[in-house]
Amino acid sequence: MRIFDPHIHMTSRTTDDYERMHAAGVRAVVEPAFWLGQPRTSVGSFTDYFDALVGWERFRASQFGIAHHCTIALNPKEANDPRCDGVLDVLPRYLAKDGVVAVGEIGFDSMGPAEERAFRRQLDLAVEFELPAMVHTPHRDKEGGTRRTLQLVEESGIDPGLVVVDHLNELTVGPVDAHGCWMGFSIYPDTKMDPQRMVRILQERGPARVLVNSAADWGRSDPLLTHATGEAMLAAGFSDDDVDRVLWRNPVEFFAQSGRLLLPETDDAPAPDASSLFEGNSILRGQQVS
Amino acid sequence: MTSVRPLAPPEELRSALSDDARRALDDMVAVLAAGATTLGRVFPAAARRTARGDLAAGGPRLEDAVRVELVAIAATRLAPGALLDELDQLYRYGDADEKRAVLLALGGIDDPAVDGSAVLLDALRTNDPRLVAAAMGPHARRLSPHDWRHGVLKCLFVGVPLAGVSDLAVRADAELTEMVRRYIDEREAAGRPVPDDALLVHDLTTLTRPEA
Ligand SMILES: [Zn+2]
Repeated sequence: MRIFDPHIHMTSRTTDDYERMHAAGVRAVVEPAFWLGQPRTSVGSFTDYFDALVGWERFRASQFGIAHHCTIALNPKEANDPRCDGVLDVLPRYLAKDGVVAVGEIGFDSMGPAEERAFRRQLDLAVEFELPAMVHTPHRDKEGGTRRTLQLVEESGIDPGLVVVDHLNELTVGPVDAHGCWMGFSIYPDTKMDPQRMVRILQERGPARVLVNSAADWGRSDPLLTHATGEAMLAAGFSDDDVDRVLWRNPVEFFAQSGRLLLPETDDAPAPDASSLFEGNSILRGQQVS
Repeated sequence: MTSVRPLAPPEELRSALSDDARRALDDMVAVLAAGATTLGRVFPAAARRTARGDLAAGGPRLEDAVRVELVAIAATRLAPGALLDELDQLYRYGDADEKRAVLLALGGIDDPAVDGSAVLLDALRTNDPRLVAAAMGPHARRLSPHDWRHGVLKCLFVGVPLAGVSDLAVRADAELTEMVRRYIDEREAAGRPVPDDALLVHDLTTLTRPEA
């Protein structure tokens, strides 16, 4: 099973996770820029974070045989803090970079006017930089937030095929599908969506425009739930090809629209063995292991 | 005008590129040479517009050679101070590939008016071996003996082959030998293998400069 996790916050994960992910078949990821749990109070802490996404984290992933990409944006939660307004002005610098495969996560948190301003402006940036957009839907009033999200997407003029609306559930998937946007599902240990519910949605709608992610971050989450979903699909009678489409070809198709994917030439590059894994690597406290 | 040595001769680089990539490179060179754009604008997309991968086995990477050529063209229109400012900005806001290309471009600059040692020192603070290696090229002769020795030690720690460190035979001194000696002792005490390169530094200095 080869897996492309289209939404995972690796900055918050350990090298053990990278090892387990590789062993489970994960060969590529997209790490969306998001909230870090502790609110940031200046533009500088955002640029350092963005630099880490296009620098250190990409390097760290490469040591474990995983191609790391990211999306860059001012997230909706921090869009409410006027001290972070300047982040919008530095985004163009990052949106031009290789491996930056979308503008995101954008969208709504508590649906205030500052969030809406930032959301609109960043949809415009996606159009300007010819990038897909990754849209987060709120935890509170998900249905209302999804409706308003789709209105803003429509008003921005962006091609709906370039938009993934994420963290969907049984109630919000319908309108997103009807708009022609891609449908993202975050499989969590106890909230949002679980593998069985995901399988039922796939049985009802089929695999078209569906992205399955672990959205693993600093909260209770599990980077292997993409793999668990693949197993649940097989157990429910889906074919290997169906699983490959949902867990690999769909995310590749969606993010390839950016023209900035950094996938290796061959899809099934050999797994790095224990010795080459750490060769020339400085993840272990800056010292090479030999 | 500051001259920048290319990583590969322009014809050799072009012969390794596809038609589209060659056109994209010539196009970027033309607009830069005409002053119609800035390095900051063309640098981020330079790899995806041309190519990635090795120019030849053991040779430079195509994307690095492309970016260094772009720096060389931009340098024809910039005073040394302005060139250094531009390189600082490219590095500050670059991803790891762009940062490496800036370091390699500095390696091709001998103009004493362009001192990129601050950028080199930043790279030597990272734990990314590709950046550490690129920082220890010819431009590292601007580093103080103290910083340079620590750069060599960092190479040993992160596994950057010392064959790529410029001026090693000339600059290695008793102090470096002592530092490497302590590193070897520490490895041996821990029962861990000593990299061949560590022994090489040790031999190099003890053989060429016996200091009893
Ligand atoms: Zn997220």
